[in-house]
Amino acid sequence: MGNLSLTKVCKSFGPVDVIRDVDLEVKDGEFCVFVGPSGCGKSTLLRMIAGLEEITSGDVCIDGAVVNNVPPSKREIAMVFQSYALYPHLNVRDNMGLGLKQAGQPRAEIAEKVDRAAKMLDLEKYLTRRPGELSGGQRQRVAIGRAIVRKPKLFLFDEPLSNLDAALRVQTRIEIANLHRELGATMIYVTHDQVEAMTLADRIVVLRDGRIEQVGAPMELYHNPANEFVAGFIGSPKMNFLNASALGQPGKSLGIRPEHLMLSRDSGLIEGRVSHVEHLGGETLIYLRADPHGLITVRLFGEHAASVDDRAFVTPDMARAFHFGDDGLRLAA
Amino acid sequence: MSARANIMRSSAAHAILIAYTILALYPVFLIVINSMKSRRAIFNDPLALPTRETFDLVGFHTVLEQGNFLLYFQNSLIVTVASLFFALLFGAMAAFALAEYRFRGNLLMGLYLALGIMIPIRLGTVAILEMMVAANLVNTHWALILVYTANGLPLAVFILSEFMRQVSDDLKNAARIDGLSEYRIFFTIALPLVRPALATVAVFTMIPIWNDLWFPLILAPGESTKTLTLGSQIFLGQYVTNWNAVLAALTLAILPVVVLYLIFSRQLIRGITRGAVK
Repeated sequence: MGNLSLTKVCKSFGPVDVIRDVDLEVKDGEFCVFVGPSGCGKSTLLRMIAGLEEITSGDVCIDGAVVNNVPPSKREIAMVFQSYALYPHLNVRDNMGLGLKQAGQPRAEIAEKVDRAAKMLDLEKYLTRRPGELSGGQRQRVAIGRAIVRKPKLFLFDEPLSNLDAALRVQTRIEIANLHRELGATMIYVTHDQVEAMTLADRIVVLRDGRIEQVGAPMELYHNPANEFVAGFIGSPKMNFLNASALGQPGKSLGIRPEHLMLSRDSGLIEGRVSHVEHLGGETLIYLRADPHGLITVRLFGEHAASVDDRAFVTPDMARAFHFGDDGLRLAA
Repeated sequence: MSARANIMRSSAAHAILIAYTILALYPVFLIVINSMKSRRAIFNDPLALPTRETFDLVGFHTVLEQGNFLLYFQNSLIVTVASLFFALLFGAMAAFALAEYRFRGNLLMGLYLALGIMIPIRLGTVAILEMMVAANLVNTHWALILVYTANGLPLAVFILSEFMRQVSDDLKNAARIDGLSEYRIFFTIALPLVRPALATVAVFTMIPIWNDLWFPLILAPGESTKTLTLGSQIFLGQYVTNWNAVLAALTLAILPVVVLYLIFSRQLIRGITRGAVK
């Protein structure tokens, strides 16, 4: 009841190709996250699914029906925007109910649906307020409520947490995850934040320059990245890419995650000097400068004493290292 | 120390602004006080305030009794309000289209629509008169409304398209997903958000229309369509001018502009300062 399939979808603005040959299937009830650096076309792709952006070629199908020429309001979708996009002249209740009113639903039914959504999102007290009188988090909940009342086949989220502060972002992230469990609806979520992608997604679509780099479950991407880009993008702190030939390893670079490096004071494979230390309590990040590899990040659990300019050695756990060739693709192990 | 410098600076600023205000308002003040004096007093001492001896409302009596003043007043109001309405409506619509839709020649169309700012419409007076004669519109309100609307459009399109671009795309897209038509998006979302800009354009457009003598004289000089400015001319003779009546007519003519200005001014200030601080 909420399948989405994209076949050879392309988009160009004049001579510039923004989306190139994207093929994707999203199953009913799936939480699918589009992630990628800014300018990779993820928001454009979402807008094309919503019908806000024309498709240059290819097909967008919702529940098996091609919707290329169907206007957004007839696609049975709902969208939550980064800037909330609430109607400033309407109160919360009318903001949430406008879509239903536009679709010609009876007033009593609209009121009931709005009340139910408001209860779910803890917005009952604010129904008569205008967006200007709400905090950022409340506004975002109203925007989510506006999406819920429509009972859409597809929920589309366009970086919904980017305008919230860090604490609220974590809280709202959990709320969205709960919402997905409760509603069991298909959700497509765009973000540039790989932590949001990892924590929310059933499946992550990594995009770069308008192309899909890899599609997979979060842990699949973490343990089995197809290329250097995905390996570097998924996981925080970022994966280290060491000079492979200097270590006598095949390929151009050796990818190793900061948590898979062993640090030692007196012996190891790579010698370097500490250039910066970050103490986070639960973990300690040590940045090591080592030629010819550049800056190497080491992630240690718990508290560790280290000071800048200390000499240190690191040894990668070779079983968990990835080899990448000159073209950035992963070499067969 | 810095507090004192602040006071100095702000009092200097106030002094300059007050001086400017006096300079700008003094002619208006002169018109108003002289409209309430007798003819002799106007000539004897034009700068004096009306006293018990010189106070005389003869000008107002003349204007209200002799001229068809209320009709002229009504004509001016109809022409101004209708022109303003159409210029703002069509200007905002064109601005919305230019800001919102990608189409071939978008930029060129914008330039073309704004070009009118630089070309004085009076250059086309003869052609306009010929057109109005051919369309049988001479001596109607429509003759003036059409000309003023056309004249007001370039500035309205130019200013409003800039403001329309600032209306959030997300908001318009949210409305599209909610199933609002483009017209409803324009009227219920875009227009209220550019209200300050609308007020700014309204004031700039309104005042020249209200004060215009040229087009009423040429296109609608008939008794039934005379505007206030044109109507007041009967008191200005080649040899004799009835100053009491002229000044009284001018005083009355200021009123509606002041009222409209007060209505728009709150919005106006926001319109001028918006974007400057953000």
